[in-house]
Amino acid sequence: MPPVRIRERGRAKKGTMKRLLKQLFKLYPGQLILSLICLIFNVFGNLSSSIFVSLATNTLTAAGPIHANPFTDTFPVSTTFGFTVNTNVTTLLIILGSIYIVGIFASWTWNRTMAIVTQKFMNEFRKAMFNHMQDLPIKYFDTHAHGAIMSMYTNDIDTIRQFISQALPSLIQTGLVSIFVFFIMLYTSVWMTLVVVIGFFFMLGVVKGVGGKASTYFIKQQSTLAQVEGAIEESINGLKVIKVFSHEEKSEEEFNVLNEELYHNASQANIHGNIMMPVMGNIGNFLYILCGVMGAFIYIFGWRNLSFSGFEVIKGDAPRFAGMIALFLMMSRMFANNVNQFSQQVIFIVQGMAGASRCLDLIDEEKEKDEGYVYLCNIIYHEDGTFEETSEHTRDYAWKYRHKDGTLEYRELKGDILLDNVDFSYDGKKLVLQGVNIYAHPGQKIAFVGATGAGKTTITNLINRFYDLADGKIRYDGININKIKKADLRKSLGIVLQDTNLFTGTVMDNIRYGRLEATDEECIEAAKIANAHDFIERLPEGYNTMLNGDGSNLSQGQRQLLAIARAAVADAPVMILDEATSSIDTRTEKLVQQGTDKLMEGRTVFVIAHRLSTVQNSNAIMVLDHGHIIERGTHTDLINQKGVYYKLYTGAFELE
Amino acid sequence: MLKNIKLILQSVRQYKKYAIITPLFMVGEAGLECAMPFIMGMFVDGIKLLNTPNDFFSSSSGIPVFYLALILLTMAIFSLVFGILGGKYASIASVGLATNLRSDLYKKLTSFSFENIDKFSSSSLVTRMTTDINNVQMAFQMMIRIVVRAPLMLIFSAIMTFVGGGVMGFIFIAMIPIVTFGMILIVKHAMGVFMKVFKRYDRLNESVQENVSGIRVVKSYVREDYEKHKFNTASNNITKEFIKGEKIVALGNPLLNTSIHLSNILIIGIGTCLIYTTGVWTEKYDEATGTYVGDWIGGALTLGQLSALITYGIQILMSLMMISMIMVMLTLSLEAIKRISEVLMEKPTIRNPKDPVMEVKNGDVTFKNVNFKYKKDAEKNTLSNINLNIKSGQFVGILGSTGSGKTSVVNLISRLYDVNEGEVLVGDVNVKDYDIETLRTNVAVVLQKNVLFSGTIESNLKWGNLNATEEEMMKACKIAQAEEIVNAKPEGLKSRVEQGGANFSGGQKQRLCIARAIMSQPKILILDDSTSAVDTKTDRLIRKGLKEELPNMTKIVIAQRISSIEDADQIVILDNGVINDIGTHDELLKRNHIYQEIYQTQNRVGGDK
Repeated sequence: MPPVRIRERGRAKKGTMKRLLKQLFKLYPGQLILSLICLIFNVFGNLSSSIFVSLATNTLTAAGPIHANPFTDTFPVSTTFGFTVNTNVTTLLIILGSIYIVGIFASWTWNRTMAIVTQKFMNEFRKAMFNHMQDLPIKYFDTHAHGAIMSMYTNDIDTIRQFISQALPSLIQTGLVSIFVFFIMLYTSVWMTLVVVIGFFFMLGVVKGVGGKASTYFIKQQSTLAQVEGAIEESINGLKVIKVFSHEEKSEEEFNVLNEELYHNASQANIHGNIMMPVMGNIGNFLYILCGVMGAFIYIFGWRNLSFSGFEVIKGDAPRFAGMIALFLMMSRMFANNVNQFSQQVIFIVQGMAGASRCLDLIDEEKEKDEGYVYLCNIIYHEDGTFEETSEHTRDYAWKYRHKDGTLEYRELKGDILLDNVDFSYDGKKLVLQGVNIYAHPGQKIAFVGATGAGKTTITNLINRFYDLADGKIRYDGININKIKKADLRKSLGIVLQDTNLFTGTVMDNIRYGRLEATDEECIEAAKIANAHDFIERLPEGYNTMLNGDGSNLSQGQRQLLAIARAAVADAPVMILDEATSSIDTRTEKLVQQGTDKLMEGRTVFVIAHRLSTVQNSNAIMVLDHGHIIERGTHTDLINQKGVYYKLYTGAFELE
Repeated sequence: MLKNIKLILQSVRQYKKYAIITPLFMVGEAGLECAMPFIMGMFVDGIKLLNTPNDFFSSSSGIPVFYLALILLTMAIFSLVFGILGGKYASIASVGLATNLRSDLYKKLTSFSFENIDKFSSSSLVTRMTTDINNVQMAFQMMIRIVVRAPLMLIFSAIMTFVGGGVMGFIFIAMIPIVTFGMILIVKHAMGVFMKVFKRYDRLNESVQENVSGIRVVKSYVREDYEKHKFNTASNNITKEFIKGEKIVALGNPLLNTSIHLSNILIIGIGTCLIYTTGVWTEKYDEATGTYVGDWIGGALTLGQLSALITYGIQILMSLMMISMIMVMLTLSLEAIKRISEVLMEKPTIRNPKDPVMEVKNGDVTFKNVNFKYKKDAEKNTLSNINLNIKSGQFVGILGSTGSGKTSVVNLISRLYDVNEGEVLVGDVNVKDYDIETLRTNVAVVLQKNVLFSGTIESNLKWGNLNATEEEMMKACKIAQAEEIVNAKPEGLKSRVEQGGANFSGGQKQRLCIARAIMSQPKILILDDSTSAVDTKTDRLIRKGLKEELPNMTKIVIAQRISSIEDADQIVILDNGVINDIGTHDELLKRNHIYQEIYQTQNRVGGDK
């Protein structure tokens, strides 16, 4: 097998954010634009508060000298932006109320829309990942740690969700407010704004420094956490062994070393994360004081104040100065708060992008290619020996392909499989199989014997095209298997593997997995063939017993029997049994063998087995060593040859 | 529940001081945060009245601006220090708690007897030690940082509204129940939906797991589209549920907005009204500028107070929001706390006796009228009336079909389980009287489910004897026929072992496990079907090695193959938890029906013999 890559943890690839946002926008343009507009209204509504409070106080101040009723009379009120409006408190309240109503409605709309968009997008993303994953070649699963793949569906997807539902809106919101506030500040005083800008760069420095460190430690924490989790899993699975060896203290010590490392990384990550807020917040406070003093200087020393409304000297215009300084300071605080809030999202963004980057890598993996054009179909024989295609499940099959002129050609499926001078390598360097020739004639039982790594399973991986050959040819009834549609090729091969994987569902569902349209009776019949019927009947709910967590409530042997039943119901014309009975005791194995022999009568069977008793009655036994077939023949032939097989059989040699 | 929380908090230990000191800093920070707008208001008011540079240092009304600036600066510095220290200590305390909890749980697990272990599924134990502890860490950090801070902010701000805004403070008092009630409603409904959907989400991820590990089956049966359809349907359904919940949650922000907006309108409306109706417009001639400066004075409220009220109002409602969020977090972590304390409270069923026997004299094993069952309330005994006499150095085979109780018998010898009735003696001493470590070092067991641990071959072998030399290790390997495995690797004993020994074949693992077991030179060795993946010849060589190199060691072997035990001094046949027969190969072959049957099936098939 090729080397397995474990989870890569690190920062995101460039362009991840762009790609994610583009995808998001492509799927939900309307909703996103609506959300953005509503967000703007919402922000505007929130901002109005401070503007209207200052307007209201101005109105009262304006009403004083002219003895007007601030609620009923309308009179000119100076805004802090250098112009005056005719208004009164009542009008202001009505306008503010309307803005608020719109704002609340907008707030509800965008919150709701974004929540829905997030969930829908995550759904699409999850499905895209899963659907793409299903189409990936086996090689992907052989070269990637399964824990790492799972982690994408759980952890990484969650970081993306956090990014879209929390960080993104917060980013836009704080960004919008900051820009808006920034312009109000410029309208008030450019000089004071400059102070704020300098402060802003300070804050950016903090985000980069402290935030960057926090992100680095968070990523470190994640990888230590993964190690600790691995250690925990290992210890819990081997807990009984630990007890038997009284190894408790030693394993505790070892665990605590890892645990301490996690403590270091996690506490550093948290400390840096926690420090951000007070540091940023108090930079804001310092700015506040600085701006206040600066404003005072402008006034006292009669400096010319530059603002977007022009150059002016305010010295002497006390009310105007009072309004200006109050508004500016309020704005500078708001600006600092928003930058602070923005900085809180940095970690989420870094994590989200790292997660998205890994998920997108999966989606970018190349799919399994299929250039086949020969299809498999069921046929029904007429009495005169001719046959025709049928949609029913019969026990007879044919290959079908369409010529360029549109005529269909059928060829009976006989189960004749030929490996012609096959070479293969997993990594493109080391040949795992070399010059392998195998002829399996219809109805034959061919066995592979050899040490672990000799290439037995590899051969079956090539026949069903889990992997493609480096050199040579495999022919199925004379057809090069590259020309056969992969799905149809695999449907024609029933495979039972040593590691039996079952799926959540009832026992019946699991057997029916072999052929979805099989009836209950057919499934039970298959269970009988596999000798699984007896134990299934003894399960609490018989065939309706739920299997969970990969059938963990069954013994390994029982699971193998179910896997054989599953293959029996599929009733494929060629069968591959790869250590399919390794966990079944010799007595039961014999019964299973009788069942499958009957089922596969006249059909081709490949058998890989550790126990020589399992392969004894094969038509041909291939002894493999380091990718070469070193002996071949029937059991009697090989015994007479007195070679490796003979040594194995007499126990003079060991299989590993 | 309170008991559970208490139990978990006991693990704070050396981080206790940080956990206590953090809220103090948080109180300081919150206090400053609330007081600052008040001083800032004075600062702004002061600045407004400035006219000449001298005014910085002297003021006719209140504290001069310069001093106010200094006060603010000091406050900001303190707030910064409090904030940093609070954040730092909160991290240390919460991460420390999690670290201690993990370590405590680990210790607890290793103190478990087999009976305790059987009670929990291993995946649930892993979850408890990972996800659950992470949740507790977050909740704890939240608690010491915000649980103190948010209500304080609420109270401080409320006080300030009354101090600064007088009667206007009642507006917020009226708002609090509305917001709280709304939040509770939202959280309650949303939690109901999410709790359900999270379980389904977990199941969805389990199905992904199944697909990843079973991909060969999926592809062999060409079920890609079937699986896609299954997954997509489930995912769509879950999304619908999620959206249902999210729609409820999406009401939270508008609710907060509404309450803030409503109070703003009320403050501005009522506030201006109060100022106008109760205050008097007074103008003062300002000599410096030569203008009249006026303000509303003497009313129930001033213009400055009006602005301050708005600020405090936002703070009050924000802290309310915060409190409701914490409530959600804490509720979610309660489940985790419960699961963790379940493990912590589990009492190990097997513990060292008082005045334990510290030496095992010899390898004799005796069973006297032993009855045993795994669960006390089980109807049937797993083992009934077992009587055995095994002498030091004997080779004993145990044979029987699956479920006949073979493993149960040997598990009693090293006291992995305790008998219900009768007694088991090792070296003429009841196993319950031994120091457990002494007993287990002398009774080595190779379990059916063999596990090697990640590390090196050497580190695995040293489990049996920490101070073993290379020679001793190689000798054990030689006896267990594992020498060639070690020699075949370029790095020899230092070769890496992957998690679970994944880079070794089943037979290799079994031989290494046997080598590991004999490293301690035990008086008794138990092999529980430990050579099933080893071929007959190697199996024979292992037995030969054990016999010749360790003649005084009692060997008890459970096997499927008759060939593995046929030269045993006595063969015990178990059937349904009862001893069916005891005898040598020849005796049993003559008289025992079960033995004859097994012998026949294995011999007729041939191959193995």
